[in-house]
Amino acid sequence: MAQTVQLSDTEKRIIAEVADLHEVPIGAYNFRANSKLAGRNTTANIDITSKEDGSGIDIRIKAGTKNESVHIPVVISQSGLAETVYNDFYIGEDCDVLIVAGCGIDNCGKQDSEHDGIHRFYVGKRSKVRYVEKHYGSGDGTGKRILNPGTEVYMEEGSSMTMEMEQIKGVDSTERLTKAELGKEARLVVKERLMTHGEQSATSIYRVDLNGEGSSADVVSRSVARDHSYQKFDARITGNAPSSGHTECDSIIMDSGRILAVPSLEANDIDSMLVHEAAIGKIAGDQLTKLMTLGLTEAEAEERIIAGFLK
Amino acid sequence: MLELQHVSFEVPSETDEQLEIIRDLSLTVGDGKFVVITGPNGGGKSTLARLIAGVEQPTEGRILFDGADITAASVTERAKKGISFAFQQPVRFKGLTVLDLIRIAAGKELTIAEACTYLSEVGLCARDYINREVNASLSGGELKRIEIATVLARGTKLTVFDEPEAGIDLWSFQNLIRIFEKMREEISLSSIIIISHQERILNIADEIVVIAGGTITKQGPKEEILPQLMGTGDAVEQCFGQGKR
Repeated sequence: MAQTVQLSDTEKRIIAEVADLHEVPIGAYNFRANSKLAGRNTTANIDITSKEDGSGIDIRIKAGTKNESVHIPVVISQSGLAETVYNDFYIGEDCDVLIVAGCGIDNCGKQDSEHDGIHRFYVGKRSKVRYVEKHYGSGDGTGKRILNPGTEVYMEEGSSMTMEMEQIKGVDSTERLTKAELGKEARLVVKERLMTHGEQSATSIYRVDLNGEGSSADVVSRSVARDHSYQKFDARITGNAPSSGHTECDSIIMDSGRILAVPSLEANDIDSMLVHEAAIGKIAGDQLTKLMTLGLTEAEAEERIIAGFLK
Repeated sequence: MLELQHVSFEVPSETDEQLEIIRDLSLTVGDGKFVVITGPNGGGKSTLARLIAGVEQPTEGRILFDGADITAASVTERAKKGISFAFQQPVRFKGLTVLDLIRIAAGKELTIAEACTYLSEVGLCARDYINREVNASLSGGELKRIEIATVLARGTKLTVFDEPEAGIDLWSFQNLIRIFEKMREEISLSSIIIISHQERILNIADEIVVIAGGTITKQGPKEEILPQLMGTGDAVEQCFGQGKR
């Protein structure tokens, strides 16, 4: 059951940035533009319904659904718009699905625009989920572009989830909170890529609880703070059962950028094995020199190093 | 043709005096020449390589490349004029792949097959390496060969290798010699400068330059200089005896 998707050129450009979509995707989707539904498609296995109180959507994926995808991009192009949206994903057992979310704000006006998306994932037994989320801001108005995503993940026995979260450009302020609870043999992999510039600030907090025997988590963040921007990375993995966890924060600071990294581990079980790593530093001089000996200018060398680092 | 004219390089020492690393050094490397620079550790060889590449600027003297004064030219400008520099200790990059580096070196979007030929030349199984990140997962020897592959991909008029044999195993060393011989055959008007202690590399040179104490102590055709360095007590003294300054 498909509804026609109607988007302006600006909205289409933002969708291309946040969801790599240049046309209407195959499979299930829900497009939200300026707090209104702009298009929806459901499939035999994936149902999307609006919550009765209008606060968001429910996405229900039938057990056994394989090789299907759901796209739920959000665009805000009106200045001064603020919204909080709750999206709940109910993923049945034995699924293998791709979920692409993403939010772009184009703010040409004077008022702040804000989207706070709260995503909850209930991942059924043995299901595999790949979740991709991109955040992007554009527009030359003085109004800020604010994104505060909240993500909760509840993983049942034997399930696995890979989360790729990227915020490379244009978002003035972000406070991200990601919580996960892992059951027996569940595995969570988080790959975060973040770049801040100008006067931006970004906080990213992870709270991962390894509750089931044999569960494991790998939370890896790579970030670059340029100009006068500020970042805080605060990841805690708690081992409540025989489990393994690893968190890593690797950051480049440039100009007058500042970064606070607070990796932490809590072991509440004798058989939980937890590791954290954190490194912050500027681009090494010999890396720049090497690329310059290959013919790049210093600025080009810097861009290549950052692009590779955040890839 | 590369010309160094009365080049000196000083750095401030801990006691605030100027410490001279290179002293009034003049050297000409003609087109098509294969020159090996040798001498004791700390004698100024690596500094000389860095001065040629533009990583360091001389405190006195001039450097000319094909007649143009490049003394004040940046690393990038020299690279664009046709000078390549293979580091003694190759640099690691998180996120950049071997393919990325070779493409940057070549200055164009080489196909994967084209890029692979450079890896094959340095004895690496291209398929296994082309998409690897140039990070800590690669061994010193692997990095060194990738470093040489990037320089091959540039194919410039002048290439400076700073101790290419360092960290390379015996099998690779045979291969290295073959690479240098091939480079020499293929780029007739280009020149190669290698900084090395290895007899077998000295043995394929047209010309050998011995640098000690920041200045040239011996210079001439291989046939003349090599016998003076090898098989005599002098060789040990020349190459290793003086230690770090």
